[in-house]
Amino acid sequence: MTGPSSGEAVAKPASSGLAWLLDHRVLLSIAVLAVLPWLLPSKALAVNVLIYGVVVMGYNLLFGYTGLLSFGQAAFFGSGAYFTGIAIGRYGVPWFAAVPIAVLLSTCLAAAIGIVSTRTRGIYFSMVTLALAQLVYYVALQAASFTGGENGLRGFTVDRINLFGLQVNFLDPINKYYVLMAFAALAMWFQSRILNSPFGAVIEAVRENEQRARACGYDVERSKLVVFMLSGAISSLGGCMLALHLSIVPLDILHYQTSGMIVMMVLLGGARSFFGPFVGAASFLILEDVISLWTPHWQIFVGAIFVLFVLFLPKGIWGTLLDALDSGKARR
Amino acid sequence: MDLSLIIMQLLSGIALGAVLVITALGLTIVFGMLGVVNFAHGALFMIGAYAGLYLASLTGSFWWGLLLAPILIGAFGMLIEFVLIRRLYGRSIDDPLLLTFGLSYILVEGVRIVFGSDGIPFPTPPQLIGVLDLGIGFFPRYRLFVIMLVAVVLLVLWLTLEKTRVGLIVRAGARDPTIMQVLGVDIGRVWLAIFGLGVGLAALGGVLAGPMRSVNPEMGSLVLAEAFVVTVIGGLGSIVGAVVAGLMVGISISMVALFAPEMATIVMFALMAVVLLIRPQGLFGVRGRTA
Repeated sequence: MTGPSSGEAVAKPASSGLAWLLDHRVLLSIAVLAVLPWLLPSKALAVNVLIYGVVVMGYNLLFGYTGLLSFGQAAFFGSGAYFTGIAIGRYGVPWFAAVPIAVLLSTCLAAAIGIVSTRTRGIYFSMVTLALAQLVYYVALQAASFTGGENGLRGFTVDRINLFGLQVNFLDPINKYYVLMAFAALAMWFQSRILNSPFGAVIEAVRENEQRARACGYDVERSKLVVFMLSGAISSLGGCMLALHLSIVPLDILHYQTSGMIVMMVLLGGARSFFGPFVGAASFLILEDVISLWTPHWQIFVGAIFVLFVLFLPKGIWGTLLDALDSGKARR
Repeated sequence: MDLSLIIMQLLSGIALGAVLVITALGLTIVFGMLGVVNFAHGALFMIGAYAGLYLASLTGSFWWGLLLAPILIGAFGMLIEFVLIRRLYGRSIDDPLLLTFGLSYILVEGVRIVFGSDGIPFPTPPQLIGVLDLGIGFFPRYRLFVIMLVAVVLLVLWLTLEKTRVGLIVRAGARDPTIMQVLGVDIGRVWLAIFGLGVGLAALGGVLAGPMRSVNPEMGSLVLAEAFVVTVIGGLGSIVGAVVAGLMVGISISMVALFAPEMATIVMFALMAVVLLIRPQGLFGVRGRTA
């Protein structure tokens, strides 16, 4: 199969509209995100789509492209947010410097968790990542003097700066949206680079047939560890964005329910597709927004919809759409 | 810090571990047979606790709750297998996991709708209130009962698996389901029963834990993580592993709680990380299947 969802980085359908779309996926995605605040009912929702979109995109590298079902991505989402907040609030680091520091530290955390978890395979991997992420949750809960414990991290502010004559002011929602979008754009460019690189082909080879990849001479264990760290780094950037957006970090961000939400989002949108994570994040958040208007028990509906997706639409909204476009063209 | 205190804490750890053993056993048996990890296991544990509480107040006796809740929830588990999980055999091993995760969302929210979000106290049965003088110290009667009941359940399970014809079919089915079908065994029915048994064990764990913890809709999420840690340490699919690791985790938690209470929730994860670094397949796991 050479459909876009089965391997858009390696096998591109030649000379078609779809190929053009795939070649310009970063720019196109940025273009969609740029008009998002005007498409969605509220600016707050648009910012959340942006943040969760980046987190889920990073996760997609691990789950969609490498086939590793982790239930612990919240650890990196959370650590990105906590490290950003702690750097700003405790050590007075300016926010634009706090972000790269937080991503770096989160990547180290991903290395530590990855060393233990990538030694295991299959279902074991899911259970171990869940347990290790819960360990991070309990450490954050106990280290209250650093993290604020149960109350979450408070007491840091994102200062207004002047960037080459450009005002960056987080109190203005539109201004904030586009600053955060710059981070998202950077993450998308980075992800696209990874997928187009030889390493991107290796991780897909690992997903398709681990033994064959090993027989071809690739170091499967090291590839898994590296992709685990890259995925953690991208997701942690989403965490940094959340800290800048909220100016607080809730403890719940580290809980495995957040990891589960990330898994749900990638499946709703479509694992293994470039823009799927943003579609998934948007669908999930809009669902939550709409359903919670008339019942506080929105989770029961989201759970049911997710179960139906697993049963009948495993490729998600975006993945199914791309498939339909591709096969429609093949028939012509 | 004298010896008797340590022994009492050890007993507490065994009681804690006994509930973990029962819960993790359900998880590991289902995996060993069906190759499915049930992410709704924690939610079903929680539902078991609520069902036990509800049935106990309905009949006026804890013992009816203890007996009926695992059976009813086990039957509910069979329904889940029959309606949902069954469709996913032959698909990616991740799919049942994802499906049961979505299911846990529905179950937790369902309980919130019916029973509310606040915790409910689970009264200890009147016969087991108070403490027993063991000579070196006083130990809660209820915890002693939990240890003994779990020992009996384990013995019954072991005898069934090792000494009966049903157990023979189950063990053979875990090793090679295709051959079993060739030999004329309806493996679908075996899987149905095993899934029901696994869920019933989760519910039993929930009822037993009820009087020791408070009952609330979120109680399952910690239990799921604990059960995962136990099965990973013991080796997924290994019954002996679940028993040894469950007691090990229970005892470590209560021992660490004695010396450094703030580390108590963290110690089991550290234990798991150490075991994984030394033996990725777990203490009693078989290499190849999972690591």
